[in-house]
Amino acid sequence: MDATIATFLIQDGLTNGAVYALLGLALVLVFSVTRVIFIPQGEFVAYGALTLALLDGGRVPATASLLICFGLLAFLVDLWTMRRGTSTAAILWSVLFNLALPAAIYAVTLGIAPLALPSLVKALLTVAIIAPMGFYVYRIAYRPLADASVLVLLIASVGVHLAMMGLGLVFFGAEGLRARPLSAGSFAVGPLLVSAQSLWIYGATIAIIVGLYLFFEKTLLGKALRATAVNRLGARLVGVPTQFTGVTAFLLAATIGAVSGVLIGPITTIYYDTGFLIGLKGFVAAIIGGLASFPVTAIAAIGVGMVESFTSFFASSFKEIIVFGLIIPVLIWLSLGAGLHEEE
Amino acid sequence: MNLLELKDIRVAYGRAPVLHGISLTMAPGTIVAVIGANGAGKTTLLNAVMGVIPSSGTALYDGKPIPPSVEARVAAGLCLVPERRELFTTMSVKDNIDLGGFLRSAAERADTREEVYGRFPRLAERRKQLAGTLSGGERQMLALARALMSRPRLLLLDEPSLGLAPKIVIDILEIVSELRKTGVSILLVEQNARAALEIADHGYLVELGEVRRSGPAAELSHDPALMESYLGLVPE
Repeated sequence: MDATIATFLIQDGLTNGAVYALLGLALVLVFSVTRVIFIPQGEFVAYGALTLALLDGGRVPATASLLICFGLLAFLVDLWTMRRGTSTAAILWSVLFNLALPAAIYAVTLGIAPLALPSLVKALLTVAIIAPMGFYVYRIAYRPLADASVLVLLIASVGVHLAMMGLGLVFFGAEGLRARPLSAGSFAVGPLLVSAQSLWIYGATIAIIVGLYLFFEKTLLGKALRATAVNRLGARLVGVPTQFTGVTAFLLAATIGAVSGVLIGPITTIYYDTGFLIGLKGFVAAIIGGLASFPVTAIAAIGVGMVESFTSFFASSFKEIIVFGLIIPVLIWLSLGAGLHEEE
Repeated sequence: MNLLELKDIRVAYGRAPVLHGISLTMAPGTIVAVIGANGAGKTTLLNAVMGVIPSSGTALYDGKPIPPSVEARVAAGLCLVPERRELFTTMSVKDNIDLGGFLRSAAERADTREEVYGRFPRLAERRKQLAGTLSGGERQMLALARALMSRPRLLLLDEPSLGLAPKIVIDILEIVSELRKTGVSILLVEQNARAALEIADHGYLVELGEVRRSGPAAELSHDPALMESYLGLVPE
Protein backbone atom coordinates (compact mmCIF):
# COMPACT_ATOMS: atom_id res chain seq x y z
CA MET A 1 0.00 0.00 0.00
CA ASP A 2 1.32 3.42 -0.86
CA ALA A 3 0.22 6.91 0.05
CA THR A 4 -2.13 7.23 -2.93
CA ILE A 5 -4.08 4.13 -2.00
CA ALA A 6 -4.17 5.25 1.63
CA THR A 7 -5.61 8.63 0.72
CA PHE A 8 -8.25 6.96 -1.43
CA LEU A 9 -9.14 4.62 1.40
CA ILE A 10 -9.33 7.50 3.86
CA GLN A 11 -11.55 9.46 1.52
CA ASP A 12 -13.79 6.47 1.00
CA GLY A 13 -13.95 5.80 4.74
CA LEU A 14 -14.77 9.43 5.45
CA THR A 15 -17.61 9.47 2.92
CA ASN A 16 -19.19 6.25 4.21
CA GLY A 17 -18.50 7.27 7.79
CA ALA A 18 -20.39 10.53 7.27
CA VAL A 19 -23.45 8.60 6.11
CA TYR A 20 -23.15 6.18 9.05
CA ALA A 21 -22.89 9.20 11.33
CA LEU A 22 -26.27 10.44 10.10
CA LEU A 23 -27.79 7.03 10.83
CA GLY A 24 -26.13 6.78 14.21
CA LEU A 25 -27.32 10.26 15.18
CA ALA A 26 -30.90 9.40 14.22
CA LEU A 27 -30.71 6.21 16.30
CA VAL A 28 -29.39 8.09 19.33
CA LEU A 29 -32.04 10.78 18.85
CA VAL A 30 -34.92 8.32 18.77
CA PHE A 31 -33.58 6.14 21.58
CA SER A 32 -32.84 8.95 23.98
CA VAL A 33 -36.27 10.51 23.57
CA THR A 34 -38.51 7.45 23.25
CA ARG A 35 -36.33 4.47 24.34
CA VAL A 36 -37.06 2.85 20.97
CA ILE A 37 -34.12 1.13 19.25
CA PHE A 38 -35.10 2.25 15.79
CA ILE A 39 -34.02 -0.64 13.53
CA PRO A 40 -36.20 0.60 10.61
CA GLN A 41 -33.98 3.70 10.28
CA GLY A 42 -32.10 1.90 7.49
CA GLU A 43 -35.36 1.39 5.58
CA PHE A 44 -35.86 5.15 5.42
CA VAL A 45 -32.41 5.40 3.83
CA ALA A 46 -33.25 2.73 1.24
CA TYR A 47 -36.65 4.31 0.56
CA GLY A 48 -34.97 7.69 0.16
CA ALA A 49 -32.33 6.42 -2.26
CA LEU A 50 -34.81 4.37 -4.32
CA THR A 51 -37.28 7.26 -4.45
CA LEU A 52 -34.60 9.59 -5.74
CA ALA A 53 -33.47 7.03 -8.33
CA LEU A 54 -37.04 6.62 -9.64
CA LEU A 55 -37.53 10.38 -9.75
CA ASP A 56 -34.33 10.53 -11.82
CA GLY A 57 -35.99 8.27 -14.35
CA GLY A 58 -38.98 10.61 -14.49
CA ARG A 59 -41.21 7.99 -12.88
CA VAL A 60 -43.64 8.41 -9.98
CA PRO A 61 -41.93 6.64 -7.07
CA ALA A 62 -43.86 3.88 -5.33
CA THR A 63 -43.18 5.54 -1.97
CA ALA A 64 -45.76 8.20 -2.84
CA SER A 65 -48.54 5.59 -2.94
CA LEU A 66 -46.95 3.85 0.05
CA LEU A 67 -47.30 7.12 1.95
CA ILE A 68 -51.03 7.09 1.25
CA CYS A 69 -51.25 3.52 2.62
CA PHE A 70 -49.38 4.57 5.77
CA GLY A 71 -51.69 7.57 6.19
CA LEU A 72 -54.76 5.40 5.78
CA LEU A 73 -53.50 2.93 8.38
CA ALA A 74 -52.69 5.75 10.80
CA PHE A 75 -56.19 7.11 10.24
CA LEU A 76 -57.73 3.73 11.10
CA VAL A 77 -55.57 3.53 14.24
CA ASP A 78 -56.76 7.02 15.18
CA LEU A 79 -60.40 6.04 14.62
CA TRP A 80 -59.88 2.99 16.82
CA THR A 81 -58.41 5.06 19.67
CA MET A 82 -61.27 7.56 19.27
CA ARG A 83 -63.99 4.90 19.41
CA ARG A 84 -64.96 5.88 22.95
CA GLY A 85 -66.01 9.41 22.20
CA THR A 86 -64.08 12.21 20.55
CA SER A 87 -64.42 15.76 19.32
CA THR A 88 -64.97 17.09 15.80
CA ALA A 89 -61.66 18.93 16.01
CA ALA A 90 -59.77 15.71 16.73
CA ILE A 91 -61.36 14.00 13.71
CA LEU A 92 -60.60 16.99 11.50
CA TRP A 93 -56.94 17.00 12.58
CA SER A 94 -56.73 13.29 11.95
CA VAL A 95 -58.23 13.64 8.44
CA LEU A 96 -55.91 16.54 7.70
CA PHE A 97 -52.70 14.80 8.83
CA ASN A 98 -53.47 11.24 7.80
CA LEU A 99 -55.47 11.62 4.59
CA ALA A 100 -55.12 15.13 3.19
CA LEU A 101 -51.36 15.49 3.71
CA PRO A 102 -50.28 12.27 1.92
CA ALA A 103 -52.85 12.93 -0.84
CA ALA A 104 -51.38 16.38 -1.37
CA ILE A 105 -47.82 15.04 -1.49
CA TYR A 106 -48.96 12.33 -3.91
CA ALA A 107 -50.64 14.88 -6.16
CA VAL A 108 -47.56 17.11 -6.20
CA THR A 109 -45.35 14.12 -7.01
CA LEU A 110 -47.68 12.97 -9.77
CA GLY A 111 -47.67 16.46 -11.22
CA ILE A 112 -43.96 17.23 -11.21
CA ALA A 113 -42.30 13.80 -11.46
CA PRO A 114 -42.41 13.61 -15.32
CA LEU A 115 -40.86 17.08 -15.66
CA ALA A 116 -37.11 17.33 -15.98
CA LEU A 117 -36.48 18.69 -12.51
CA PRO A 118 -33.25 20.11 -11.12
CA SER A 119 -31.63 17.55 -8.83
CA LEU A 120 -32.05 19.68 -5.70
CA VAL A 121 -35.83 19.79 -6.25
CA LYS A 122 -35.90 16.03 -6.68
CA ALA A 123 -33.92 15.64 -3.46
CA LEU A 124 -36.31 17.91 -1.57
CA LEU A 125 -39.32 16.08 -3.01
CA THR A 126 -37.79 12.80 -1.84
CA VAL A 127 -37.40 14.14 1.69
CA ALA A 128 -41.00 15.45 1.58
CA ILE A 129 -42.28 12.00 0.63
CA ILE A 130 -40.22 10.01 3.16
CA ALA A 131 -40.22 12.28 6.24
CA PRO A 132 -43.98 12.00 7.01
CA MET A 133 -43.56 8.22 7.10
CA GLY A 134 -41.68 8.64 10.38
CA PHE A 135 -44.77 10.33 11.80
CA TYR A 136 -47.08 7.53 10.61
CA VAL A 137 -44.77 4.75 11.78
CA TYR A 138 -44.84 6.36 15.23
CA ARG A 139 -48.63 6.68 15.22
CA ILE A 140 -49.21 3.13 13.99
CA ALA A 141 -46.55 1.08 15.76
CA TYR A 142 -45.12 2.96 18.71
CA ARG A 143 -47.66 5.34 20.18
CA PRO A 144 -49.91 2.56 21.47
CA LEU A 145 -46.81 1.15 23.23
CA ALA A 146 -45.57 4.43 24.70
CA ASP A 147 -45.24 3.02 28.21
CA ALA A 148 -43.92 -0.41 27.24
CA SER A 149 -40.47 -1.70 28.23
CA VAL A 150 -37.39 -1.27 26.03
CA LEU A 151 -37.58 -4.96 25.10
CA VAL A 152 -41.19 -4.72 23.87
CA LEU A 153 -40.29 -1.61 21.89
CA LEU A 154 -37.33 -3.47 20.37
CA ILE A 155 -39.59 -6.34 19.31
CA ALA A 156 -41.96 -3.80 17.74
CA SER A 157 -38.96 -2.30 15.92
CA VAL A 158 -38.01 -5.68 14.46
CA GLY A 159 -41.62 -6.04 13.28
CA VAL A 160 -41.66 -2.58 11.71
CA HIS A 161 -38.30 -3.27 10.04
CA LEU A 162 -39.51 -6.55 8.50
CA ALA A 163 -42.78 -4.96 7.39
CA MET A 164 -41.05 -1.99 5.79
CA MET A 165 -38.50 -4.21 4.06
CA GLY A 166 -41.28 -6.41 2.71
CA LEU A 167 -43.17 -3.36 1.50
CA GLY A 168 -39.96 -2.19 -0.15
CA LEU A 169 -39.73 -5.45 -2.08
CA VAL A 170 -43.37 -5.21 -3.15
CA PHE A 171 -43.20 -1.57 -4.19
CA PHE A 172 -39.68 -1.33 -5.65
CA GLY A 173 -39.01 -4.88 -6.80
CA ALA A 174 -35.81 -6.82 -6.26
CA GLU A 175 -33.52 -4.99 -8.67
CA GLY A 176 -31.11 -2.38 -7.43
CA LEU A 177 -31.18 1.26 -8.49
CA ARG A 178 -28.65 4.00 -8.49
CA ALA A 179 -29.56 7.67 -8.43
CA ARG A 180 -27.82 10.44 -10.30
CA PRO A 181 -25.51 12.62 -8.17
CA LEU A 182 -26.87 15.92 -6.87
CA SER A 183 -24.14 17.64 -8.84
CA ALA A 184 -21.78 15.89 -11.19
CA GLY A 185 -18.13 16.71 -11.54
CA SER A 186 -15.18 16.59 -9.22
CA PHE A 187 -12.26 18.67 -8.06
CA ALA A 188 -8.62 17.78 -7.86
CA VAL A 189 -7.14 18.53 -4.45
CA GLY A 190 -3.48 17.62 -4.74
CA PRO A 191 -3.39 13.92 -5.58
CA LEU A 192 -7.03 13.50 -4.54
CA LEU A 193 -10.05 13.56 -6.76
CA VAL A 194 -12.94 14.79 -4.64
CA SER A 195 -16.35 14.25 -6.21
CA ALA A 196 -18.99 16.92 -5.81
CA GLN A 197 -21.31 14.29 -4.33
CA SER A 198 -18.92 13.58 -1.47
CA LEU A 199 -18.79 17.30 -0.73
CA TRP A 200 -22.60 17.24 -0.49
CA ILE A 201 -22.29 14.34 1.95
CA TYR A 202 -19.76 16.12 4.19
CA GLY A 203 -21.72 19.35 4.03
CA ALA A 204 -25.06 17.74 4.87
CA THR A 205 -23.59 15.70 7.72
CA ILE A 206 -21.92 18.71 9.28
CA ALA A 207 -25.05 20.83 8.80
CA ILE A 208 -27.24 18.19 10.45
CA ILE A 209 -24.84 17.73 13.38
CA VAL A 210 -24.68 21.49 13.94
CA GLY A 211 -28.46 21.75 13.51
CA LEU A 212 -29.09 19.00 16.06
CA TYR A 213 -26.64 20.61 18.47
CA LEU A 214 -28.37 23.99 18.21
CA PHE A 215 -31.81 22.39 18.46
CA PHE A 216 -31.00 20.40 21.61
CA GLU A 217 -28.87 23.02 23.36
CA LYS A 218 -30.49 26.30 22.42
CA THR A 219 -34.22 25.80 21.89
CA LEU A 220 -36.80 25.11 24.59
CA LEU A 221 -38.41 22.42 22.44
CA GLY A 222 -35.05 20.65 22.07
CA LYS A 223 -34.47 20.91 25.80
CA ALA A 224 -37.93 19.47 26.39
CA LEU A 225 -36.98 16.49 24.22
CA ARG A 226 -33.81 15.97 26.25
CA ALA A 227 -35.75 16.40 29.48
CA THR A 228 -38.19 13.68 28.39
CA ALA A 229 -35.22 11.39 27.89
CA VAL A 230 -33.73 12.23 31.31
CA ASN A 231 -36.94 12.03 33.31
CA ARG A 232 -40.22 11.17 31.68
CA LEU A 233 -42.40 11.89 34.70
CA GLY A 234 -40.60 15.16 35.37
CA ALA A 235 -41.23 16.22 31.76
CA ARG A 236 -44.93 15.36 32.03
CA LEU A 237 -45.19 17.36 35.24
CA VAL A 238 -43.89 20.55 33.61
CA GLY A 239 -46.45 20.09 30.84
CA VAL A 240 -44.40 18.53 28.04
CA PRO A 241 -46.81 16.28 26.11
CA THR A 242 -44.80 13.07 25.76
CA GLN A 243 -46.62 12.06 22.54
CA PHE A 244 -45.53 15.29 20.97
CA THR A 245 -41.88 14.67 21.78
CA GLY A 246 -42.21 11.16 20.29
CA VAL A 247 -43.68 12.56 17.07
CA THR A 248 -40.89 15.15 16.84
CA ALA A 249 -38.16 12.55 17.37
CA PHE A 250 -39.54 10.16 14.73
CA LEU A 251 -40.16 12.95 12.24
CA LEU A 252 -36.58 14.17 12.66
CA ALA A 253 -35.22 10.63 12.37
CA ALA A 254 -37.17 9.95 9.17
CA THR A 255 -36.00 13.27 7.72
CA ILE A 256 -32.39 12.41 8.52
CA GLY A 257 -32.98 8.95 6.99
CA ALA A 258 -34.37 10.44 3.78
CA VAL A 259 -31.44 12.88 3.56
CA SER A 260 -29.00 9.99 4.07
CA GLY A 261 -30.75 8.11 1.26
CA VAL A 262 -30.49 11.08 -1.07
CA LEU A 263 -26.78 11.35 -0.26
CA ILE A 264 -25.89 7.68 -0.54
CA GLY A 265 -28.14 6.84 -3.52
CA PRO A 266 -25.71 8.20 -6.12
CA ILE A 267 -22.56 6.56 -4.71
CA THR A 268 -23.72 2.96 -4.44
CA THR A 269 -26.45 0.72 -5.85
CA ILE A 270 -29.30 0.43 -3.38
CA TYR A 271 -31.63 -2.57 -3.14
CA TYR A 272 -34.82 -2.80 -1.13
CA ASP A 273 -32.89 -4.51 1.69
CA THR A 274 -29.65 -2.50 1.64
CA GLY A 275 -30.94 -0.22 4.36
CA PHE A 276 -30.61 -2.82 7.08
CA LEU A 277 -26.86 -3.30 6.64
CA ILE A 278 -26.20 0.43 6.46
CA GLY A 279 -28.43 0.89 9.50
CA LEU A 280 -26.48 -1.71 11.45
CA LYS A 281 -23.25 0.15 10.81
CA GLY A 282 -24.84 3.32 12.10
CA PHE A 283 -25.99 1.23 15.06
CA VAL A 284 -22.40 0.15 15.80
CA ALA A 285 -21.48 3.83 15.99
CA ALA A 286 -24.52 4.59 18.17
CA ILE A 287 -23.56 1.77 20.55
CA ILE A 288 -20.04 3.14 20.84
CA GLY A 289 -21.68 6.43 21.78
CA GLY A 290 -23.64 4.55 24.46
CA LEU A 291 -26.90 5.39 22.62
CA ALA A 292 -26.66 8.72 24.39
CA SER A 293 -23.86 10.92 23.07
CA PHE A 294 -24.19 12.70 19.72
CA PRO A 295 -20.53 13.75 19.35
CA VAL A 296 -19.12 10.34 20.31
CA THR A 297 -21.54 8.69 17.88
CA ALA A 298 -20.48 10.98 15.03
CA ILE A 299 -16.78 10.37 15.66
CA ALA A 300 -17.34 6.63 16.08
CA ALA A 301 -19.22 6.54 12.76
CA ILE A 302 -16.23 8.06 10.97
CA GLY A 303 -14.11 5.39 12.67
CA VAL A 304 -16.49 2.66 11.47
CA GLY A 305 -16.24 4.02 7.92
CA MET A 306 -12.43 4.07 8.12
CA VAL A 307 -12.18 0.54 9.52
CA GLU A 308 -14.54 -0.63 6.81
CA SER A 309 -12.60 0.93 3.95
CA PHE A 310 -9.21 -0.29 5.21
CA THR A 311 -10.41 -3.82 5.94
CA SER A 312 -12.02 -4.02 2.53
CA PHE A 313 -8.56 -3.39 1.12
CA PHE A 314 -6.56 -5.70 3.40
CA ALA A 315 -9.06 -8.44 4.22
CA SER A 316 -12.12 -7.85 2.11
CA SER A 317 -13.75 -11.19 2.92
CA PHE A 318 -13.68 -10.33 6.64
CA LYS A 319 -14.88 -6.76 6.15
CA GLU A 320 -18.28 -7.08 7.85
CA ILE A 321 -16.98 -9.36 10.61
CA ILE A 322 -14.33 -6.86 11.62
CA VAL A 323 -16.73 -3.90 11.49
CA PHE A 324 -19.38 -5.64 13.59
CA GLY A 325 -16.69 -7.16 15.82
CA LEU A 326 -15.88 -3.58 16.91
CA ILE A 327 -19.00 -3.68 19.02
CA ILE A 328 -17.76 -6.45 21.34
CA PRO A 329 -14.93 -4.67 23.16
CA VAL A 330 -17.13 -1.59 23.42
CA LEU A 331 -19.94 -3.57 25.02
CA ILE A 332 -17.51 -5.14 27.49
CA TRP A 333 -16.14 -1.72 28.35
CA LEU A 334 -19.62 -0.19 28.73
CA SER A 335 -20.77 -3.11 30.91
CA LEU A 336 -17.79 -2.55 33.22
CA GLY A 337 -18.84 1.05 33.71
CA ALA A 338 -22.57 0.37 33.97
CA GLY A 339 -22.68 -0.40 37.70
CA LEU A 340 -21.18 2.94 38.61
CA HIS A 341 -23.92 5.36 37.61
CA GLU A 342 -27.20 3.79 38.67
CA GLU A 343 -27.58 5.87 41.77
CA GLU A 344 -30.93 7.40 40.85
CA MET B 1 -66.42 29.04 45.24
CA ASN B 2 -63.95 26.32 46.09
CA LEU B 3 -60.72 26.11 44.13
CA LEU B 4 -60.62 22.36 44.40
CA GLU B 5 -63.43 20.03 45.27
CA LEU B 6 -62.89 16.28 45.36
CA LYS B 7 -65.82 13.94 45.81
CA ASP B 8 -65.44 10.24 46.35
CA ILE B 9 -62.03 9.89 44.66
CA ARG B 10 -61.13 6.23 44.27
CA VAL B 11 -57.87 4.76 43.00
CA ALA B 12 -56.86 1.14 42.67
CA TYR B 13 -53.52 -0.33 41.65
CA GLY B 14 -54.67 -3.36 39.69
CA ARG B 15 -57.29 -4.90 41.94
CA ALA B 16 -55.90 -3.50 45.15
CA PRO B 17 -57.88 -0.40 46.16
CA VAL B 18 -55.72 2.34 47.63
CA LEU B 19 -58.16 5.22 48.01
CA HIS B 20 -61.68 4.28 49.13
CA GLY B 21 -63.49 7.45 48.21
CA ILE B 22 -61.77 10.60 49.46
CA SER B 23 -63.62 13.90 49.58
CA LEU B 24 -61.85 17.16 50.19
CA THR B 25 -62.48 20.85 49.56
CA MET B 26 -60.05 23.72 49.31
CA ALA B 27 -60.84 27.42 49.34
CA PRO B 28 -58.66 29.68 47.16
CA GLY B 29 -55.58 31.10 48.86
CA THR B 30 -55.38 28.50 51.61
CA ILE B 31 -52.92 25.83 52.66
CA VAL B 32 -54.51 22.44 53.24
CA ALA B 33 -52.41 19.76 54.88
CA VAL B 34 -53.06 16.08 54.31
CA ILE B 35 -51.41 14.09 57.07
CA GLY B 36 -51.21 10.42 57.86
CA ALA B 37 -48.83 7.53 58.27
CA ASN B 38 -46.83 5.76 55.56
CA GLY B 39 -49.03 3.91 53.08
CA ALA B 40 -52.14 5.92 53.94
CA GLY B 41 -52.54 6.95 50.31
CA LYS B 42 -51.41 10.56 50.55
CA THR B 43 -49.04 10.44 47.58
CA THR B 44 -51.62 8.51 45.58
CA LEU B 45 -54.14 11.27 46.28
CA LEU B 46 -51.81 13.96 44.92
CA ASN B 47 -50.93 11.87 41.86
CA ALA B 48 -54.63 11.35 41.18
CA VAL B 49 -55.32 15.09 41.44
CA MET B 50 -52.48 15.77 38.99
CA GLY B 51 -53.73 13.06 36.62
CA VAL B 52 -50.50 11.06 36.70
CA ILE B 53 -52.52 7.99 37.69
CA PRO B 54 -56.11 7.25 36.69
CA SER B 55 -58.85 7.70 39.29
CA SER B 56 -62.62 7.67 39.50
CA GLY B 57 -64.93 10.10 41.26
CA THR B 58 -65.61 13.79 40.74
CA ALA B 59 -62.90 16.41 40.77
CA LEU B 60 -63.92 20.03 40.28
CA TYR B 61 -61.30 22.72 39.73
CA ASP B 62 -62.62 26.26 39.93
CA GLY B 63 -66.13 24.79 39.86
CA LYS B 64 -65.54 23.07 36.51
CA PRO B 65 -64.54 19.46 35.85
CA ILE B 66 -60.75 19.15 36.07
CA PRO B 67 -59.08 18.94 32.59
CA PRO B 68 -58.32 15.38 31.43
CA SER B 69 -54.57 15.32 30.65
CA VAL B 70 -51.56 16.23 32.76
CA GLU B 71 -50.50 18.93 30.28
CA ALA B 72 -53.95 20.51 30.33
CA ARG B 73 -53.89 20.52 34.14
CA VAL B 74 -50.48 22.23 34.14
CA ALA B 75 -51.85 24.78 31.66
CA ALA B 76 -54.84 25.36 33.97
CA GLY B 77 -52.51 26.16 36.88
CA LEU B 78 -52.06 22.89 38.75
CA CYS B 79 -48.54 21.80 39.52
CA LEU B 80 -47.18 18.82 41.42
CA VAL B 81 -43.83 18.76 43.20
CA PRO B 82 -43.42 15.02 43.62
CA GLU B 83 -41.80 13.27 46.55
CA ARG B 84 -38.84 12.15 44.42
CA ARG B 85 -38.50 15.69 42.92
CA GLU B 86 -38.09 14.21 39.39
CA LEU B 87 -35.53 16.81 38.33
CA PHE B 88 -33.64 16.70 35.04
CA THR B 89 -30.41 15.71 36.75
CA THR B 90 -28.09 15.82 33.74
CA MET B 91 -29.25 19.28 32.72
CA SER B 92 -28.29 22.64 34.21
CA VAL B 93 -30.25 24.38 36.97
CA LYS B 94 -31.20 27.07 34.48
CA ASP B 95 -32.51 24.52 31.96
CA ASN B 96 -34.58 22.87 34.71
CA ILE B 97 -36.05 26.23 35.64
CA ASP B 98 -36.73 27.21 32.02
CA LEU B 99 -38.47 23.91 31.34
CA GLY B 100 -40.74 24.57 34.31
CA GLY B 101 -42.25 27.33 32.18
CA PHE B 102 -42.59 25.13 29.10
CA LEU B 103 -46.25 26.01 28.58
CA ARG B 104 -45.84 29.74 29.22
CA SER B 105 -44.81 32.42 26.74
CA ALA B 106 -41.17 33.53 26.49
CA ALA B 107 -41.99 36.91 28.09
CA GLU B 108 -43.85 35.30 31.01
CA ARG B 109 -40.99 32.86 31.42
CA ALA B 110 -38.40 35.66 31.63
CA ASP B 111 -40.47 37.56 34.23
CA THR B 112 -41.15 34.52 36.37
CA ARG B 113 -37.50 33.46 36.17
CA GLU B 114 -36.38 36.77 37.70
CA GLU B 115 -38.96 36.34 40.46
CA VAL B 116 -37.86 32.78 41.15
CA TYR B 117 -34.16 33.68 41.24
CA GLY B 118 -35.08 36.49 43.66
CA ARG B 119 -36.80 33.98 45.91
CA PHE B 120 -34.02 31.39 45.66
CA PRO B 121 -30.72 33.33 45.37
CA ARG B 122 -28.86 30.06 45.94
CA LEU B 123 -30.19 28.71 42.66
CA ALA B 124 -29.25 31.91 40.83
CA GLU B 125 -25.65 31.38 41.98
CA ARG B 126 -25.68 27.82 40.71
CA ARG B 127 -27.61 28.31 37.49
CA LYS B 128 -24.85 26.78 35.35
CA GLN B 129 -24.38 23.73 37.57
CA LEU B 130 -26.00 20.37 36.71
CA ALA B 131 -29.08 19.66 38.80
CA GLY B 132 -27.68 16.26 39.78
CA THR B 133 -24.80 17.92 41.63
CA LEU B 134 -27.02 19.89 44.03
CA SER B 135 -27.47 19.01 47.71
CA GLY B 136 -30.78 17.60 48.98
CA GLY B 137 -32.08 20.96 50.20
CA GLU B 138 -31.07 22.68 46.96
CA ARG B 139 -32.80 19.99 44.94
CA GLN B 140 -36.01 20.58 46.84
CA MET B 141 -35.62 24.30 46.20
CA LEU B 142 -35.05 23.62 42.51
CA ALA B 143 -38.13 21.39 42.40
CA LEU B 144 -40.16 24.20 43.99
CA ALA B 145 -38.61 26.78 41.66
CA ARG B 146 -39.38 24.65 38.60
CA ALA B 147 -42.96 24.29 39.77
CA LEU B 148 -43.31 28.05 40.33
CA MET B 149 -42.16 28.68 36.75
CA SER B 150 -45.45 27.24 35.53
CA ARG B 151 -47.23 30.05 37.44
CA PRO B 152 -49.41 27.66 39.42
CA ARG B 153 -52.63 28.60 41.16
CA LEU B 154 -52.69 25.32 43.03
CA LEU B 155 -49.42 23.77 44.09
CA LEU B 156 -49.44 20.12 45.13
CA LEU B 157 -46.50 19.46 47.43
CA ASP B 158 -45.58 15.89 48.24
CA GLU B 159 -43.42 15.54 51.37
CA PRO B 160 -41.34 18.68 50.78
CA SER B 161 -39.37 17.98 53.96
CA LEU B 162 -38.54 14.36 53.21
CA GLY B 163 -34.90 13.50 53.83
CA LEU B 164 -33.87 17.05 54.70
CA ALA B 165 -32.07 18.37 57.76
CA PRO B 166 -34.40 20.00 60.37
CA LYS B 167 -32.95 23.45 59.69
CA ILE B 168 -33.70 23.14 55.97
CA VAL B 169 -37.17 21.76 56.70
CA ILE B 170 -37.96 24.99 58.53
CA ASP B 171 -36.62 27.03 55.58
CA ILE B 172 -38.68 25.07 53.07
CA LEU B 173 -41.89 25.29 55.10
CA GLU B 174 -41.30 29.01 55.57
CA ILE B 175 -41.04 29.42 51.82
CA VAL B 176 -44.25 27.42 51.45
CA SER B 177 -46.16 29.66 53.83
CA GLU B 178 -44.73 32.73 52.08
CA LEU B 179 -45.96 31.42 48.76
CA ARG B 180 -49.52 31.56 50.02
CA LYS B 181 -49.19 35.31 50.41
CA THR B 182 -48.62 35.57 46.65
CA GLY B 183 -52.02 33.99 46.07
CA VAL B 184 -50.92 30.41 45.43
CA SER B 185 -53.04 27.76 47.13
CA ILE B 186 -51.19 24.75 48.43
CA LEU B 187 -52.22 21.18 49.01
CA LEU B 188 -49.50 19.86 51.25
CA VAL B 189 -48.84 16.21 52.01
CA GLU B 190 -46.61 15.66 55.00
CA GLN B 191 -45.61 12.97 57.43
CA ASN B 192 -44.22 15.65 59.67
CA ALA B 193 -47.73 16.40 60.99
CA ARG B 194 -46.94 19.02 63.55
CA ALA B 195 -44.86 21.16 61.19
CA ALA B 196 -47.47 20.82 58.44
CA LEU B 197 -50.41 21.77 60.67
CA GLU B 198 -48.47 24.78 61.94
CA ILE B 199 -48.49 26.46 58.53
CA ALA B 200 -51.81 25.02 57.25
CA ASP B 201 -55.29 26.50 57.51
CA HIS B 202 -57.08 23.24 57.28
CA GLY B 203 -56.09 19.65 57.85
CA TYR B 204 -57.21 16.20 56.76
CA LEU B 205 -56.09 13.04 58.47
CA VAL B 206 -55.98 10.18 56.01
CA GLU B 207 -55.63 6.59 57.06
CA LEU B 208 -55.82 3.48 54.89
CA GLY B 209 -57.25 5.40 51.97
CA GLU B 210 -60.02 7.17 53.88
CA VAL B 211 -60.41 10.56 55.53
CA ARG B 212 -60.61 9.87 59.27
CA ARG B 213 -60.85 13.37 60.51
CA SER B 214 -60.78 16.90 59.16
CA GLY B 215 -61.02 20.40 60.50
CA PRO B 216 -59.16 23.66 61.03
CA ALA B 217 -55.46 22.97 61.44
CA ALA B 218 -55.26 24.59 64.86
CA GLU B 219 -58.00 22.31 66.17
CA LEU B 220 -56.43 19.18 64.75
CA SER B 221 -53.02 19.92 66.16
CA HIS B 222 -54.55 20.33 69.63
CA ASP B 223 -56.69 17.24 69.45
CA PRO B 224 -54.88 14.98 71.91
CA ALA B 225 -56.79 11.87 70.88
CA LEU B 226 -55.83 12.34 67.25
CA MET B 227 -52.20 13.13 67.87
CA GLU B 228 -51.80 10.19 70.18
CA SER B 229 -53.81 7.47 68.54
CA TYR B 230 -53.09 8.19 64.90
CA LEU B 231 -49.69 9.74 64.94
CA GLY B 232 -48.23 8.52 68.21
CA LEU B 233 -47.41 12.05 69.27
CA VAL B 234 -48.29 13.74 72.53
CA PRO B 235 -49.03 17.45 72.05
CA GLU B 236 -46.90 19.78 74.09
